Amino acid sequence: MIPSSFTYQKVKSVEEAIAALKDSDSKILAGGHSLIPTMKLRLNSPSKLIDIGGISTLKGIKESGNEIVIGAATTHAEISSSKVIQSKLNLFAQTASAIGDIQVRNRGTIGGSLAHADPAADWPAAVLAADATIAVQGSKGSRKIKASEFFQGLFTTALQEGEVITAVHVPILSGKSVYMKFPQPASRYAIVGCAVVKHADGKISIAFTGVSSNAFRDGAAEKAISGKKIDAGSAEAASKVAAEGVHIMSDHYASEKYRKHLAKVYLKRALLAVA
Amino acid sequence: MTATKYIGKSIKRVEDKRFITGKANYTDDIVLPGMTYGAFVRSPYANAKVKKVDISKAKAMPGVVAIYTGADVAAVNGVPCGWQVNFKNGATMKEPKHPLLVADRTRHVGDPVAFVIAESRAEAKDAVEAVAVDYEKLSCVTDPAEAVKPGAPLVHDDVPNNICFDWELGNPKSEVDAAMSKASHITTLEFTNQRLVPNAMEPRSYIGSYDPINDKYTLYTSTQNPHLIRLLMCAFVLGLPEHKVRVVGPDVGGGFGSKIYHYTEEALVTWCSNKIGRPIKWTAERTESFLLDAHGRDHRTKAEMGFDKDGKIVALRVKTHANLGAYLSTFASCVPTYLHGTLLQGLYTTPKINVDVTGVFTHTNAVDAYRGAGRPEATYILERLLDLGALEMGKDPAELRQLNFIPPFDGVKQPGYQTQVALQYDSGNYEGVLKKGLEAFNYKDFRKRQKEAAKSGKILGVGISTYIEACGIAPSAVVGSLGARAGLYEVGQVRVQPTGKVSVYTGSHSHGQGHETTFSQLVADRLGIAMEDVEIIHGDSESVAFGMGTYGSRSLAVGGSAIVKSIDKIIEKGKKIAAHKLEASADDIDFADGRFTIKGTSKSLGFGDIALTAYVPHVYPKDLEPGLDFSSFYDPANFTYPFGCHIAEVEIDKETGKVTLTRFVAVDDVGTVINPMIVEGQIHGGVAQGVGQALFEGTIYDDEGNLTNPSFMDYCMPRADDLPMFETGSQVTPCPHNPIGAKGAGEAGCIGSTPAVVNAVIDALWSAGKKVKDIHMPLTPERVWSALQ
Repeated sequence: MIPSSFTYQKVKSVEEAIAALKDSDSKILAGGHSLIPTMKLRLNSPSKLIDIGGISTLKGIKESGNEIVIGAATTHAEISSSKVIQSKLNLFAQTASAIGDIQVRNRGTIGGSLAHADPAADWPAAVLAADATIAVQGSKGSRKIKASEFFQGLFTTALQEGEVITAVHVPILSGKSVYMKFPQPASRYAIVGCAVVKHADGKISIAFTGVSSNAFRDGAAEKAISGKKIDAGSAEAASKVAAEGVHIMSDHYASEKYRKHLAKVYLKRALLAVA
Repeated sequence: MTATKYIGKSIKRVEDKRFITGKANYTDDIVLPGMTYGAFVRSPYANAKVKKVDISKAKAMPGVVAIYTGADVAAVNGVPCGWQVNFKNGATMKEPKHPLLVADRTRHVGDPVAFVIAESRAEAKDAVEAVAVDYEKLSCVTDPAEAVKPGAPLVHDDVPNNICFDWELGNPKSEVDAAMSKASHITTLEFTNQRLVPNAMEPRSYIGSYDPINDKYTLYTSTQNPHLIRLLMCAFVLGLPEHKVRVVGPDVGGGFGSKIYHYTEEALVTWCSNKIGRPIKWTAERTESFLLDAHGRDHRTKAEMGFDKDGKIVALRVKTHANLGAYLSTFASCVPTYLHGTLLQGLYTTPKINVDVTGVFTHTNAVDAYRGAGRPEATYILERLLDLGALEMGKDPAELRQLNFIPPFDGVKQPGYQTQVALQYDSGNYEGVLKKGLEAFNYKDFRKRQKEAAKSGKILGVGISTYIEACGIAPSAVVGSLGARAGLYEVGQVRVQPTGKVSVYTGSHSHGQGHETTFSQLVADRLGIAMEDVEIIHGDSESVAFGMGTYGSRSLAVGGSAIVKSIDKIIEKGKKIAAHKLEASADDIDFADGRFTIKGTSKSLGFGDIALTAYVPHVYPKDLEPGLDFSSFYDPANFTYPFGCHIAEVEIDKETGKVTLTRFVAVDDVGTVINPMIVEGQIHGGVAQGVGQALFEGTIYDDEGNLTNPSFMDYCMPRADDLPMFETGSQVTPCPHNPIGAKGAGEAGCIGSTPAVVNAVIDALWSAGKKVKDIHMPLTPERVWSALQ
């Protein structure tokens, strides 16, 4: 488990990171929990790692008006243990504590996970269901990307070359919300992860991860349940139309048919949990 | 009588101080002056011609010291197989050469094509990528049942139909067929006992070192048996004189069988160290551990059990294709034969048994002994057939076992039990462990609970497994007659120092078992001294006279017995010295609680006095040698036969198929116990591994012969939160033929648990109206969900 040789640069600011990214074949190192394993297997051999772990402006959680702003280099453990998150964005506390194991949660970061866009990662379902926006910065300036536009395919996002995620902005959620997952037993990534948010106006947001090549909002299921009283019958009806019309992944642990079935089961359970 | 201060006590493990504080000394921790590092170019193809190996670019890379290819070692022997199994017609099994590096043909993914030695591990790895190998990929076969079919790709061109051997044991097939034809019910199972990766926490690691001044080699190796490695490497592979080779097995982080075998890498680092004149370290990467540590199990089996109208077993017929991999590992041939077929009597009085095994080469990694080694395969067959038979016949599985049990016998007043499959059980009380297990589980209430749970939509199931195994491996003459190419005795030396402190040199090798504690307890009690005054030394061929190592749950039963033999000699000599000093006859001296006493008097001398006298022999018997130091070889009279009863309860999530193991009761009879905590720990670890096979683990080879789940992200190991708190109980039926009474506890948990869990899932499915006979292990949620549809 020895990676190819690479250079290492610890940067102090986002600007410095962006400048360093101009070197071809360089990669941002955040928590390293997705990147380093692939480097050890020599599946990924960047010539330079730019460590953003020392940039203080990328860390921390703060409440700002109607939203919570989470720095991109904030670890999963910091998120799950944050009092603000637990009380005002409980979906994120649930999601963070469902990731990997303690060691992964202590090192891995929300920005790193989102940028990597693993189809079975937990965060994508949560940011989609919560209507978060992802703040990014590049050499041409800063912009905000809606979560619904961020995930574009397998390990593919709306990030452009040279851009770095700086923060995740999430509206405070006043209603009930839940993240439930059926983990792959070895990796504990999501075979199916389902995030459900019940808004004050009765609207329901539903997002899945692990099911398709990227996480997605399930509009058909949302339509089926929104405005209705959630009970066994309506949850069942919504689950019937869930995860239809999308490409469903298949692997050793879950065939296409089984994974689709699990998505429906988990939606039903998640809906009943926010009823 | 010697008071037992230590035996039977749960004393904390003395070795844990260094393990817990990170101060253990594993092979990879050792750094020798001038040491180099090795890395392998390994075949990405399961079956390919090697047309050209171009090392020119790699050789010029920074830090590269040397590169060896198959052509360089063509004249060196391959690694041998330690057990000869014959075809039914008497012909010797096929033993193709297993070369240190392949020259012309790769036979499994990972087969080594070149060995790169460099100044650092990173430089070696970089140079590996620069070696250009021209392969011609050929078609391959990974399934043993497919590999024997006409036209299947051949692993070795000179082994027709990939058959290494065909073999049978037990009653003639015609007799078994006749008995089977009279059965009123036959339960049939066709299943795969899947392939498992042992996954020791410490990867294999070797350092070869050559000293040209003294013409002497040292091999540091992460092994379960350093002396056996020295013997095999010197005598069969490299042709080196044994007195010029030292093999050291320092602290070893787990083996589960996978570190018994003599691997090609061990011989290669030793051979290369002479060529380059510098030490070479090679440590497996985790991917290499997954791909290349000898795997376990991998049987395709059809088994039939015939019952009479009352449920008495009348016959058992088993046909197995055992996957051996591409080459024969050290004990690959005996695992599916003499460690599997011989256990098919189980705990039952089955009068007719025939087992037929075909050992098959495939384009996969070698398969050899893995915790339990053959006995889990046999137990799985019997215990699955019994529970399934009970379901099919509408009988209670506990009562069905009770009806078929061999009655209790102690092996002293009652003789041992002669099986239909070559073994004689030493002592047993099988109904005893079943009764204890059922009581601990509260079995009589289970069906009621199962029905209640069903009302609230829950699916519960119970599974029983009553197992027996043969361990304390092994009587040399017996195994020799069955094909073993080594003796399986053990050596124990007890050296009493002049001050009465004791150094014990054992050929057993601890890689997690806690020998330093258990053996110290044994020695301290027998000599009536403090445990702190005993030191256990193992693992170095230069300090320990000889040894056969640790596997087959043999350390206490065989290694401990060798130590006891030496202790007996110490006491006998001590009596002579005491008698002389006390002016009495040796026959009149008693030894107890660390004192030599003239019978019926208060005249006595302490153990320390006698030790000092032995080394300062001023007042000393004229015809007696000074010193107090004895070494003994102990060759057991028979195997030992632990047994037990495991009961599992599961709950199935009917929407997802996920199985939750909610309870696990294990009542094991492993004979006399020295340290109950260590035995319980062994049972816990074994049960966890057995549950791992039932619910989580298993290799997945694709059609190209690639292992597609070679990482902990893909291959699921059982974890603490997958398991309930185990409920353990015990019974003690001493082994009648060794001086300790111990039978062995290392593998029991792994042997008994797997079928209990699978039986519980099948029982649950039947209770839900799904009468399935088998689900392919591991019982993943999707497989169970599919069975429920």
